[in-house]
Amino acid sequence: MTGGEKRNLIISVLVFLVAALLPLVNNGYWLSIGVSVAMYTVLATSWTLFSGPTNYIALSTAAFFGIGMYIVAAFLDWAPYPVLVLIAGIVGALFAAVIGLATLRIAGVYFVIFTLGLAELVRQIVAWMQHVMGTSSGLYVLISMTDPILYWLLLGLSAIVFLVGWWIGRSRLGFALRIIGNDEVVAEHSGISTARAKVVLFIISSAFASLTGALVAPRWSYVEPTIAFSPFLSFQVVIMALLGGVHRLWGPLLGVIPFTLLWELISANFPAQTTLLLGVAFLLIVYFIPHGVIGLIEDMIRHRHGMLGSVVSTLQRWKSGNA
Amino acid sequence: MPSPSSADVALTVTEVFKRFGGLVAVDGMSFALAENEVLGLIGPNGSGKTTMMNLISGALKPSSGRIQLYGDKISGAPANEIAQKGVARTFQIVRMLPSLTVIENVAAGGVFGHQKRWGAELHDHAHGLLRRVGLENVDDVPVTSLTYIDQKRVELARALASDPKVLLLDEWLAGLNPTELKTGIALIERLRAEGRTIIIVEHVMDAIRSLCDRCVVMNSGAKIAEGTPQEVLADSEVIRAYLGDADA
Repeated sequence: MTGGEKRNLIISVLVFLVAALLPLVNNGYWLSIGVSVAMYTVLATSWTLFSGPTNYIALSTAAFFGIGMYIVAAFLDWAPYPVLVLIAGIVGALFAAVIGLATLRIAGVYFVIFTLGLAELVRQIVAWMQHVMGTSSGLYVLISMTDPILYWLLLGLSAIVFLVGWWIGRSRLGFALRIIGNDEVVAEHSGISTARAKVVLFIISSAFASLTGALVAPRWSYVEPTIAFSPFLSFQVVIMALLGGVHRLWGPLLGVIPFTLLWELISANFPAQTTLLLGVAFLLIVYFIPHGVIGLIEDMIRHRHGMLGSVVSTLQRWKSGNA
Repeated sequence: MPSPSSADVALTVTEVFKRFGGLVAVDGMSFALAENEVLGLIGPNGSGKTTMMNLISGALKPSSGRIQLYGDKISGAPANEIAQKGVARTFQIVRMLPSLTVIENVAAGGVFGHQKRWGAELHDHAHGLLRRVGLENVDDVPVTSLTYIDQKRVELARALASDPKVLLLDEWLAGLNPTELKTGIALIERLRAEGRTIIIVEHVMDAIRSLCDRCVVMNSGAKIAEGTPQEVLADSEVIRAYLGDADA
């Protein structure tokens, strides 16, 4: 381990320890925001594990998140909650393996559309099954889970995501993915099984979404297909990850925090226009900070001309690019 | 079914066809490549040379026929398996990995292919290859900042990184100016002196004369001549293929 890595590890551990103190400081409003931040950190970071290096934009977060949530909601009477969380992760992984093998050969916009349709497909299947079995469409998840416990669980899960991401980054698999993201033809001719590498990453990424859904289920207490499989979630995760920056492991975190706070503000003040504002936010991010907050920071360090200067230079680049 | 005399045959291509719909791009090609041999695959534009290279490297699958590497059938296998068995290549139009540094671009060829390396060993190997192709002090530079010929060098180093049994160079000298061309030819000559087994697709006749032990000439997807560079370049059918009929 190099000196720089040691320093990063120490900083990361300290950040997590400080973050873990939040429930002791505030047990109300800020803790609930903390829960959202932790949840989106897991989702956006694990999304980036796959989509960052491969440039495959997956809109399947909601599908896997919903699966995790439904496994907890539907089987709570038969198995203890912690077991269900584990099962959710496993089922998410298996489902991702099937989907990955079937779809990762399609690239570009087709993959995006497929993953978007996937959440809808799973939602319809769940609704249809509930109809056939004669159960009501909504399910109650009645176990007590206090916010501090949920927060710590999600924080722990995000620590695992970061560790997995760190490990992948150092591994042959991580290197293979960077090559794939650059040029798939070169990757194949260098001996990389591109399909296998992508499927493995898709599985890891999706399993985390299912685990998150399972952990969050008790907080929502009432689960329904339209809520659990909301495509909104998939888009939010993508926007947060892009806002932060997808080429560093901790990039998405820099998108999750400002976006969650902004979201709180918007949904509290403009509850009827949230979708509209989400779209506007998406456009602004893609146009003005294509490399994310992390790109701005790195520009700033590189050019030493401050935040304003780097925004200006991004604007100029954007303007000349469209001239 | 390697016959006794084929002990040092590196690659055999047997009755290989490639059809794209009605177009026959490769029309019953058969040839062999001996170990330590540099074979030139030449022919006019559109004669199917690059398609032939793509069939060997696995970028394309033959419609019929067989390609063997040291007696082991590779035709029909995916490119990544063929690479692992020991075939490496460069591309007609140079393909860099733009977000990676120069040394990472080279290392990319040495992790998953025929010989696999990792860690310090990989780094030293890639560094050594960069020096060998004539690139010094650019290890950690973004690869996009290199000139065209230097990118070609990087691509060559990447192909060498897995210690391939057979190296395919697809118009590696194309697009170089006269000075660079000399450097490029000298570089391939060094590979030849090392005893590497190479197939070169090339238009530069000087390079073919000085580099190739033997040439296979293609026209309209089929083999029209085979022999030493002097022989094939004097062959009347080859001249006709390149220049057209005298009365045309």
